[in-house]
Amino acid sequence: MGDNMSEKKQYILGIETSCDETAVAIVKNGHEIVANIVASQIESHKRFGGVVPEIASRHHVEQITIVIEEAMRVAELQFSDLDAIAVTEGPGLVGALLIGVNAAKALSFAHGIPLVGIHHIAGHIYANRLIKEMDFPLLSLVVSGGHTELVYMKEHGHFEVIGETRDDAAGEAYDKVARTLKMPYPGGPHIDRLAAVGSPVIDLPRAWLEEGSYDFSFSGLKSAVINTVHNAEQRGEVIAPEDLAASFQQSVIDVLVTKTVRAAKQYSVKQVLLAGGVAANKGLRSTLEKEFAAIEGVELIIPPLSLCTDNAAMIAAAGSVMYEKGQRSDFTLNANPGLDLSIHNS
Amino acid sequence: MKVLAIDTSNYPLGIALIDDQQVIGEYITNVKKNHSVRVMPAIENLCRECDIKPADLEKIVVAEGPGSYTGVRIGVTIAKTLAWTLQIPLVGVSSIEVLAASAARYFSGYVAPLFDARRGQVYTGLYRSQNGSLETVKKDQLVLATDWTEHLKELSEPVLFVGNDLPIHREVLANMMGDQARFAHYTEHNPRPGELAHLGLHREPVDIHTFVPNYIRLAEAEAKWLEGKKENDAK
Ligand SMILES: [Zn+2]
Repeated sequence: MGDNMSEKKQYILGIETSCDETAVAIVKNGHEIVANIVASQIESHKRFGGVVPEIASRHHVEQITIVIEEAMRVAELQFSDLDAIAVTEGPGLVGALLIGVNAAKALSFAHGIPLVGIHHIAGHIYANRLIKEMDFPLLSLVVSGGHTELVYMKEHGHFEVIGETRDDAAGEAYDKVARTLKMPYPGGPHIDRLAAVGSPVIDLPRAWLEEGSYDFSFSGLKSAVINTVHNAEQRGEVIAPEDLAASFQQSVIDVLVTKTVRAAKQYSVKQVLLAGGVAANKGLRSTLEKEFAAIEGVELIIPPLSLCTDNAAMIAAAGSVMYEKGQRSDFTLNANPGLDLSIHNS
Repeated sequence: MKVLAIDTSNYPLGIALIDDQQVIGEYITNVKKNHSVRVMPAIENLCRECDIKPADLEKIVVAEGPGSYTGVRIGVTIAKTLAWTLQIPLVGVSSIEVLAASAARYFSGYVAPLFDARRGQVYTGLYRSQNGSLETVKKDQLVLATDWTEHLKELSEPVLFVGNDLPIHREVLANMMGDQARFAHYTEHNPRPGELAHLGLHREPVDIHTFVPNYIRLAEAEAKWLEGKKENDAK
């Protein structure tokens, strides 16, 4: 072999603080995790039944240098070894994003390292590259507490949102239904667990929207669940929560999977990537696996749970590609809570 | 010692570089614009103008609040990250004390800088200036302007007020305290970042990792949660 000396190594440090995780990671050559540190605040927010933005921001300030230090220690690198600092600039909670963005700017200034602002969803999609090299064109189904999107990519760094939710994100609907069923926050995993032992016997709506549309809508489904519970209470009937959870989950999965399969065929993609926190949902995973097993020539990739939820390795992975493409941010980089994926990085 | 001072705790944005009893660079604006967009470019520009590289810095001093939660967090995050990564000491100084130090340099007696905190409240503290040195009499707090004025009246001595938000509370102060209330000239109302750097020069550095802004107030959700918990515990 011998000539490994000429092999170029690229190290990107990623920072992610868009919600309630303070995360810093270092990724080598765009796909190899060297360090991936996540300080979760979930225990702190549980008592409020959801993420409180001001409290999230306060925790980020407490954690940020500790998490950066831990990532650098695990990676055994110096700042002079880094090629770029990649940071989530949006979307997310503005006060929370600001901590990561300003820490990233300080590091960039202190060591003269290029700065690259990254879209949070681009990060979720690029989490897949930490598992398997991307093969274009591809389609990504992004499902999380804040997002439900179908994103088409014809090449690295190109993102075309072909469908998105018109009201609630799928994860939001999960949390609200969980609250109706009096489950603790965050509700998604509880519903998933309950659904696994119930049967989808309750008739709930599926919002297909106009013919050919890849958009989603979950507010009608959410209301239907609440009404079902309410009506049953009034009639003094008892609905088995596991059956309600299974019926709700079936409705969500039907729409997500059907639209994903249809888009994968129409766009003749080579890969379908699952991304976002709801990708941890077992029902969604197994249905996608079953459907795509039957479709020739399309590879389904589902990252492990730790890379589906918010982390900074995914931001560094996206940062690696955007850095190679020449994207740079200057010191006026700001937190952008409503950042658009298609316009960004195009 | 080359010291960088950063103040983003209220509307004024202040950056200073001092070295060996000299203020080599100072930048202040007092406009309602986004600190997050402007503070890092301001630091970079000032350092470049003054021929100081980040690696030349030997200490960071930051205004730790009270003030706007978001504003003070931006300054503190940059200060913490810079100090940690450059491996230099970090000092936090009260945003209120900075105003007192500058306005009271040639005044002997009580100084009470203030920032408006809405609904008739102010962030303030009481300092005493004597022969050019400043001591803290009452630590920074959030208080109703009228309650605070009652308290200050009992001192039976002149009190110097300073701060950009004075116009909001001036009438109450003047009516209740009469001659006892003294008002700083408007050119003293911006906190001077050079003064901030000086105040932090000889102070004990903080532990960088655990350093947080002095918010004074709990987050609203946390305060409510504690209240609910207290009621429940009492049952
Ligand atoms: Zn996310």
